[in-house]
Amino acid sequence: MENSVEIGLPIPANIKAKPLKKGLKAVSTKAWGGYFSLTLLGFAIAILANLLVRQIADVEIKTYTLAGIPVTFNTLYQLVLGAIIVIYAISGIYSYSDPYRRAKFASRAPFHFVMGLALTAWDILGTKLLLLPQPFFPGPAKILESFLMEGDFIWENTLYSLRLFAAGFSLGVIFGIGTGIIIGWFPKVYYWVYPILKITGVIPAVAWMPFALTLFPTPFSAAVFLIVICAWFSIAALTAQGIQSTPKSLFEIARTLGAKTPFLVFRIAVPQAMPQIFTGIANANGFAFTTLVMAEMMGQPGGLGYYINLSKVWSAYYKVFASILVMAVLFSLIMKGIGLIQARVLRWQKGWVKE
Amino acid sequence: MNKELSVISDIILSIENVNHTYYDDTDNHVEALQDINLEVRRGEFLSIIGSSGCGKTTLLRLIAGLEKPETGKLILNGEQIFGPDPQRGYVFQQGGLFQWLTVEKNIAVGLKARHVYKENKERIAHYIDLIGLKGFEKSYPHQISGGMAQRVAIARALINNPRVLLLDEPMGALDSFTRADIQDKLLEMRKENDTTMILVTHDVDEAIYLSDRIVIMTPRPGRISEIMEVKLPHPRSRGGSEFLAIRKDILEKLHLASALPQPEYTI
Repeated sequence: MENSVEIGLPIPANIKAKPLKKGLKAVSTKAWGGYFSLTLLGFAIAILANLLVRQIADVEIKTYTLAGIPVTFNTLYQLVLGAIIVIYAISGIYSYSDPYRRAKFASRAPFHFVMGLALTAWDILGTKLLLLPQPFFPGPAKILESFLMEGDFIWENTLYSLRLFAAGFSLGVIFGIGTGIIIGWFPKVYYWVYPILKITGVIPAVAWMPFALTLFPTPFSAAVFLIVICAWFSIAALTAQGIQSTPKSLFEIARTLGAKTPFLVFRIAVPQAMPQIFTGIANANGFAFTTLVMAEMMGQPGGLGYYINLSKVWSAYYKVFASILVMAVLFSLIMKGIGLIQARVLRWQKGWVKE
Repeated sequence: MNKELSVISDIILSIENVNHTYYDDTDNHVEALQDINLEVRRGEFLSIIGSSGCGKTTLLRLIAGLEKPETGKLILNGEQIFGPDPQRGYVFQQGGLFQWLTVEKNIAVGLKARHVYKENKERIAHYIDLIGLKGFEKSYPHQISGGMAQRVAIARALINNPRVLLLDEPMGALDSFTRADIQDKLLEMRKENDTTMILVTHDVDEAIYLSDRIVIMTPRPGRISEIMEVKLPHPRSRGGSEFLAIRKDILEKLHLASALPQPEYTI
């Protein structure tokens, strides 16, 4: 291709169709039907099992009213499974026309099928037969009952966690990148600050909890402080490293083009360090979730961690699982969001570095 | 030697009594440049040729202002050189494109760095056209070939309208076809802007094909041993008898002629 480009043939530089990754088998549109059914089949079995298998064990099934309609935890469980089926059906149909998306969808079909079967088994063992040790391992429907009982309260706590995370993490990112640039750019600052950063960076942020609680006026601000420092260390260290790893030649080129120091810092060093900055952010992200939940469990008036603590006191383990479920969804969404921002910022790396 | 000429023609850059030594950690020192005196004429194409270690890149870096001479001074248009300046464009051996910027944004860096982007941005398209990269404006550096990247690097330096364009073996890593293509592009661009060009190279043919004068340097310590005029009209034929005569002459002066068999053809 290189040679044909040299003699001037108009070859588009950006190849539109995504090539299949290694280990991803091409799937014909004919075979797609099989994978489509397989994906949905597992969840369909789970719904049927919930509908048809008789409730053998003696379990109290309360009826709640949701928008004027009587609803039990089984109804909610079936609705959730139905929603999963609809979502996968849509994504399957969407994947039909594109070979890359089709192959990806097909490659996940067995996993989705087994997930459906696992839910079926869990439902039968946990709710219908009540064979799992109770109250520690409730069935899936029982976990969902928490949302029927106190959905508002869970939502409130979710929002509290989200607010705490948003405040702490965004401040941590801003401070982290800011100080990282200063540490990375000025050798004197690096000399004095980096060792401190390295030593304090290994301390889990929650260790500062007693200090934070006395220093800050509200529990919320104390928890924000903890998340800020846990995000800050990792991001600042990696930003500094990224800035320092900028090849000297790039600065020389920019200077011969007329660049002065601010340009060298913000238009050369920082973009060059972006991949490392995002590594720092990804690390910090994991630490921040841990710190968030621990801070909430140790002294917050709200949040998903607080909800776990509260439910544990009453041995309502199904509520603990409900809280964990919300965390899984919430944190996955946050990770996904950060991943999307990263893909956008680092789009220049696509096809250049090994993914 | 060129006293009379320098009075008549306009001198854009003069290098006076420059010495430069590199020191390393172990007290060793390398005399990279010794007693360099050189006057570069306005609008000329000057090549500096010599084996590796003769200090030719050091000399170019001094002109660019990326390093300061140990003694002596460099004067551009009557002003002493103290640091890098967009008046002296520099193209590095390995283009060194900014990987996170598209072709057109790489070319625009000089405009942005000098805060003159808004009033000049329509010139970017012109330079993209000039280097023959139309259709690749939005490509990232890793998506284009080495030859294309080198052309982008040249356009990036030229968009600042430099008085002098310094070329540090920009075609060193390219295949002969691409190299010939870029050489012609350089001559074309020089015609258009009347830019003075100083090329560091170890390729004798390239130097003869492009230059008005060729500076021959010898290593350890780096010194100018001779300056040759090339008075062939453009476009030059690389296989012509005069061309080959000059080639033989230079090779002899580089003490290489005896070591190398005479090639039967050149590109």
